[in-house]
Amino acid sequence: MIETHVIVRKKQLSPEVFEIEVKAARIAEQRKPGQFIMLSMDVDLGERIPLTIADADTAKGTITLIYQRVGQGTRLLAQLGEGDAIPVLVGPLGTPTHIEKVGAVVGVGGGIGAAPLFPIMEGMKKAGNRVVTILGARTKELIFWEDKFRAISDEVIVCTDDGGYGRKALVTEPLKELCAREPKPALAVAIGPAIMMKFCAEATRPFGVHTLVSLNAIMVDGTGMCGGCRVMVGGKVKFVCVDGPEFDGHLVDFDGLMKRQAAYKTQERAALDHACNLDKMAAEKKAEG
Amino acid sequence: MSHATKEELGAAASVELNKVLASGKALTPKERLALPAQEMPAQPPEVRVRNIQEVALGYTPEQARVEAMRCLQCKTKPCVAGCPVQIDIPGFVGAIADADYARAIGIIKRDSLLPAVCGRVCPQEEQCQAPCTVGKSLKSLDKAVAIGRLERFVADWERDGGKMQPPAVKPATGRKVAVIGSGPASLTVAADVRREGHEVTIFEAFHKFGGVMVYGIPEFRLPKKIVEVEVDVLRKMGVQLVPNFVIGRTRTLKELMEKDGFDAVFIGTGAGLPKFMNIEGENLVGVFSANEYLTRANLMKAYLRGVAATPISQSKVVAVLGGGNVAMDAARTALRLGAEKVYVVYRRTEKEMPARVEEVAHAKEEGVIFQFLTNSKRIIGDEAGRVTGIECVRFQLGEPDKSGRPRPVEIPGSEYMMEVDTVIVAIGNDSNPLIKQTTPELDTTKWGNIIVNEDCATSIPGVYAGGDIVLGAATVILAMGQGRRAAAAINKQLCGGGAG
Ligand SMILES: Cc1cc2nc3c(=O)[nH]c(=O)nc-3n(C[C@H](O)[C@H](O)[C@H](O)COP(=O)(O)OP(=O)(O)OC[C@H]3O[C@@H](n4cnc5c(N)ncnc54)[C@H](O)[C@@H]3O)c2cc1C
Ligand SMILES: Cc1cc2nc3c(=O)[nH]c(=O)nc-3n(C[C@H](O)[C@H](O)[C@H](O)COP(=O)(O)OP(=O)(O)OC[C@H]3O[C@@H](n4cnc5c(N)ncnc54)[C@H](O)[C@@H]3O)c2cc1C
Ligand code: SF4
Ligand code: SF4
Ligand code: FES
Repeated sequence: MIETHVIVRKKQLSPEVFEIEVKAARIAEQRKPGQFIMLSMDVDLGERIPLTIADADTAKGTITLIYQRVGQGTRLLAQLGEGDAIPVLVGPLGTPTHIEKVGAVVGVGGGIGAAPLFPIMEGMKKAGNRVVTILGARTKELIFWEDKFRAISDEVIVCTDDGGYGRKALVTEPLKELCAREPKPALAVAIGPAIMMKFCAEATRPFGVHTLVSLNAIMVDGTGMCGGCRVMVGGKVKFVCVDGPEFDGHLVDFDGLMKRQAAYKTQERAALDHACNLDKMAAEKKAEG
Repeated sequence: MSHATKEELGAAASVELNKVLASGKALTPKERLALPAQEMPAQPPEVRVRNIQEVALGYTPEQARVEAMRCLQCKTKPCVAGCPVQIDIPGFVGAIADADYARAIGIIKRDSLLPAVCGRVCPQEEQCQAPCTVGKSLKSLDKAVAIGRLERFVADWERDGGKMQPPAVKPATGRKVAVIGSGPASLTVAADVRREGHEVTIFEAFHKFGGVMVYGIPEFRLPKKIVEVEVDVLRKMGVQLVPNFVIGRTRTLKELMEKDGFDAVFIGTGAGLPKFMNIEGENLVGVFSANEYLTRANLMKAYLRGVAATPISQSKVVAVLGGGNVAMDAARTALRLGAEKVYVVYRRTEKEMPARVEEVAHAKEEGVIFQFLTNSKRIIGDEAGRVTGIECVRFQLGEPDKSGRPRPVEIPGSEYMMEVDTVIVAIGNDSNPLIKQTTPELDTTKWGNIIVNEDCATSIPGVYAGGDIVLGAATVILAMGQGRRAAAAINKQLCGGGAG
């Protein structure tokens, strides 16, 4: 029953974003849209970090993860190549997205948020919905999987902050336009940085369009044991790892979420600087040697 | 109180022991009662608050024998009735007095599989040691025979001497049993079922085995090494141990039985859902559940700053809310992580605190400050959402409540502020709902505890449960006791080819 989670394919999507396909037959078989895994780079000393299952191939027994290199854990992960194994990988975790035929669904993927959005929109399409996807990023280089989204969407709208590709706009602009259209979408799904999800929820609120968001709270175990991932939703405490990660965006206390996300900023900065210095030293040694 | 070293305590015990041995006669009960109760050697408080090594160092052989000789070998054995698994206490204690440690450990192991653990963490003063005749005769619970310490002594003697033998395993039966979780209940089931020749697979959600024994109870009270050795024994017996596998997610219970062909399943998933106080400010940065704090510190080794990846707050002043073992562990861990001041805020008085007496004494020695008859009202934070203080209110004891304990009542207008940067909530756990959610046929109470019969069988044929998931947050020994009962029932089911 013990599986070794070997990376079978690795692709760099942009300077800081990577796509990997990992052997995990049982997770591939079980996973549903909206679910994530937790991985750790060291059994004794590692931190468990959550990543969404962006795609899966049950025939090959693999799952696809897309991650952005932001801190120590993702940096170590980025050092692994094809053929290397991820020491700790557990999942699928989280409550799956409730997928049903509702009519029209608008998906908004901001930056790395496009990864978790993909399986949800794919599920929505399969359930018979009309699917419109909005992809947004700072620059053209940061947009990924546009072709995959085109294959499952009735319409794809790309926006960049600098206008270098697609519309020069924030994702909230086309989202508002779609909500104003008749018939208006039955559901919006917005996934990206907390601040983006907050504004998407504000954009849909006046139209009364039900809006799902997927929260990236800081997690420790991912099984409901620690309560570290708690957020307020509709005035109640919810654990993102078991009650979520998806919630009604109109009820989420985003400001609280953002404050908790910043909890370890300084320590993480320090850990990263420390690690980068070690890398630099190693590189210098190599150059000298 | 001056601090005696292990050498000093051992030397004093040697003198006593030689006196007894030199007399060559059996001790009279009066002489036994006159023998000095042996103090547990421990690291000095000022040293141990700066390390995470075990606080209690264990008896020397001489101390163990003198302590064992204090036992009166009562015919009525009141101590045995106080032990949840009815270990033959006079039997093993008598063997220690005779220096026959192998016989002693053999006697304990008939009833307990984890003596090195229980000897360290059992609430002995409420269980086996509470009714002890010696304590009663000397009119002090502290003077009861130190049964737990003796149990620990022989378990350590066996392990450190490399004398641990994995129990014999009967020929393969071809039957398969799945064990969910790897806490004390599960480890016990695995050993007892494997012995009968059935195939056993343990599924654990975490990357380490041992349940609360590895992620909750800190190193300074229960070294991880001890749990690792126990897990290794299971491995040597041929038990399969699968980490990073969440039942209810990676596989459902139903799939285990229908797809993977397990004939029986034991659920030992513990009480893993932290409770909060539901007071204002509880989501501020710097407020932790004890589970989170201890997991970061223990399992993820956050005390190895700069080495471990999991961060933990660098706290200056910490308030721990609660009065149980978990609260003591959190408070003492905070000190070891460098906090300057640690308060424990508890609603009732010291007498009502559910924590083990020894842990409270140790916490006090280490400098933890207790605020009894006090409750937290709200937590206050700054702009960035970080904790800056906690408002508390004083209580006084009023009329007895239903349980007969005097009910604490708030003293109006006694609110006061404490400046703290960390708050750890240690008011207990509810049961983890994962398996219940994905197995609706499983009968549970309204608090989510699985309902079982006297064989630990659940409402689903072939599915058993035990430990905290059944009892609510309880103890290691009770979890183990249930594990034994469940294992016996599973073995009976599989050998008899009965229901399942
Ligand atoms: C359900 C869920 C799904 C996610 N899916 C993806 C995904 O598909 N791709 C992706 O790139 N990222 C995803 N994230 C975010 C990802 O987990 C974090 O970027 C990652 O943990 C950072 O780890 P690090 O060690 O590299 O950085 P660190 O140095 O630890 O932290 C950098 C920043 O990342 C955030 N962070 C740190 N630890 C955690 C944690 N344990 N959980 C969440 N956020 C944290 C904090 O804001 C922190 O300031 C997801 C998060 C959640 C909760
Ligand atoms: C901080 C602390 C201090 C304590 N101090 C003492 C003490 O001094 N003395 C004492 O006697 N007791 C003490 N206890 C209580 C004692 O540890 C518990 O009663 C005991 O561990 C319960 O054992 P268990 O076998 O039921 O499960 P647990 O030890 O809780 O283990 C359950 C295991 O199941 C795993 N699991 C959960 N869900 C799943 C799933 N769906 N799939 C796979 N695996 C899963 C968990 O990860 C965990 O490893 C303490 C508890 C804590 C938290
Ligand atoms: S198992 Fe616990 S209660 Fe039983 S004898 Fe040992 S220490 Fe006492
Ligand atoms: S009650 Fe005390 S003195 Fe009597 S047999 Fe038990 S341990 Fe010995
Ligand atoms: S991550 Fe621990 S409860 Fe959610």
